[in-house]
Amino acid sequence: MICTGDGMALAFRAGAPLMDMEMVQYHPTTLKGKGLLITEAARGEGAYLINSDGERFMEQYAPNMMELASRDVVSRAAQIEINEGRGVNGCVLLDCRHLGKRVIQERLGQIFEEAKTFANIDLSEEPIPIRPGMHYSMGGIKTDVEGRCWDPQGGWKGVPGLFAAGETACLSLHGGNRLGANSLLDTVVFGRRAGACAAAYAQSVEEPRVSDSVSGNDHNMVQEFLKRKANSDAVAAIRLDLGVNMNTHLGVFRDQEGMEEAQRMLPTFRDRWSRVAIQDKGRVFNTSLVQALELGMMLDCAETIVLGGLTRMESRGAHFRTDCIQRDDEHWLKHILIYHNPDGLSRMDYLPVKITRWKPQVRVY
Amino acid sequence: MPITFRIKRFNPESESPQSYFQEYELETERSDTVLDALIKIRESIDESLTLRCSCRGAICGSCGMRLNGHAALACKTKVVFLESPDGMVHVEPMNNMPVIKDLVTDMGGFWDKIRQVQPWLQPAGPVPKAEYIASPESMNHLTGVMGCIMCGACVSDCAALEVDHQFIGPAALAKAYRFVADPRDGASDSRLLALNTPGGMWDCTRCMECIEVCPKDVGAMDRIMVLRAKGIDQGVPSTCGSRHAEVFADLIEQKGRLDEPLLAMRTFGLRNIGQMLSFLPMTLRAMVRGKLPKSGPLHHAIPGIDRIRSLFRHIRNLP
Repeated sequence: MICTGDGMALAFRAGAPLMDMEMVQYHPTTLKGKGLLITEAARGEGAYLINSDGERFMEQYAPNMMELASRDVVSRAAQIEINEGRGVNGCVLLDCRHLGKRVIQERLGQIFEEAKTFANIDLSEEPIPIRPGMHYSMGGIKTDVEGRCWDPQGGWKGVPGLFAAGETACLSLHGGNRLGANSLLDTVVFGRRAGACAAAYAQSVEEPRVSDSVSGNDHNMVQEFLKRKANSDAVAAIRLDLGVNMNTHLGVFRDQEGMEEAQRMLPTFRDRWSRVAIQDKGRVFNTSLVQALELGMMLDCAETIVLGGLTRMESRGAHFRTDCIQRDDEHWLKHILIYHNPDGLSRMDYLPVKITRWKPQVRVY
Repeated sequence: MPITFRIKRFNPESESPQSYFQEYELETERSDTVLDALIKIRESIDESLTLRCSCRGAICGSCGMRLNGHAALACKTKVVFLESPDGMVHVEPMNNMPVIKDLVTDMGGFWDKIRQVQPWLQPAGPVPKAEYIASPESMNHLTGVMGCIMCGACVSDCAALEVDHQFIGPAALAKAYRFVADPRDGASDSRLLALNTPGGMWDCTRCMECIEVCPKDVGAMDRIMVLRAKGIDQGVPSTCGSRHAEVFADLIEQKGRLDEPLLAMRTFGLRNIGQMLSFLPMTLRAMVRGKLPKSGPLHHAIPGIDRIRSLFRHIRNLP
């Protein structure tokens, strides 16, 4: 587990809105079993995606772009092949053989190594089993282009003084579907801008004071985890159940019934989390405690993802509903903002999509 | 198949903190990496087992640790490939750095040394309008060294660092090389000068352990040797280290074999008589144990020395 949504959850709890959380990117090619990423570079260099019959199945879904169609399209295609019985043990195959060993080793060295190390497969001799896997969150803490998590003009409410950049932030750079390598923009370009703006802001304001009650709450939460008596449950078990639930109902394909089922399950996970104990009671490098706290963050994120998904009654980018497969610009060309409400249901708000140079078009491949 | 993992543990908060070994028996599958196994232990047997890990794919460099006595990434090492005489998998924290808890080490010193080599591009000349461009051909030779993921494996198993804590170590030197050899960098001279000091590039003892354990084939020791050659080429002031290299080569050319007394005398110089005398007890011990050749301490040229000299001539004449 690399990303547990800590930044999003912390900002959310502090009052910053999370935006576009329903836009969860599934990468088409993650390694069977391990879920490690097999980069897009493979298809960029000309690798084929094939099903159990050896067919390049993208012909059926995107005859012009083939394997280079955007990630959501390829992920859905691969998932359909798997669901309809043309997969190989829950996967489809990525075939690099025709590229030749030299090209593979020179241009795709990293995945050549990865396939050899983690799947015991020589890419030049065998296709590698892959399947779509959860990869990136297009949504996140709503920011402007300076990384500010509030609107100085007051157009939307946020947390003055809070800055965010990277995957945790959402300035809607990627819309509903990030393109390969574009997360670099989030870090290199907007990370720099956010840093510069945050530095200038810090010089313009008094040093903030954190009230004892705020830090006291966190302190109490940690204390409670350390004090709790063990029951038969475990953080790892809850995390796995949460993951299976979200992957089943908010994965590549979604519908009302599934998302409602996910929504019904979330309170049971939160309830288990609020009672689970950790074995390690230490105060130094306590990874059990860290994982318990992270699970709490993941629960917050999961709730916003489900809420956003149920709210958006259309299919757009990574959010694909089998019960409303059309994009609906008339009603849904807008962002969904979700605000934390410690006492009950989260509050929702909408923001118009700012359209400048590129007009939304129908996607045809 | 069931495998026993013998894990070195350390809890800084126990009454008298001392490391100890704990054994866990675990059912493993053929495809399991050591990291898979450790996570299984943590999740099903002992939640308090503490380790760092993140990507599981040999990219983030978090899970460096010693497996059967050698540093490695736990996520890149399959359990079935580990062999030990007692059939167990021995897991210990990395060496040459303080242990915080169980398999987690304090990498603070590691990062200090990386920072010491100023690991950023320092171009000379006017600032271009856009990027500093370098052709793929001029950067290809750096691909290996740029693959470093800072896991600390080379530092953990560095034999020189074990006795010389001042040594900047293989990771930092490989990083220094990455910039010295970058066609866009303009600070090679000052970088090499900075490494031409005690603790710098001459302190490596060439044991090759860093090359052996690196999970990304960075080849730190090879890079250190190139740094030394570049240093000599650029005329950095001579040190014991550079003289040792030059005298070594010269002696081989003259005699076809290593002449230890001459090597020491010419490396340290006659002015350093104190240093020379400090070798005396060691020399005497070696003599007592019959480790000095019968022909005496000073060697004659070996038969066929002409052929060795012709090799030297051949190498010098290479383009």
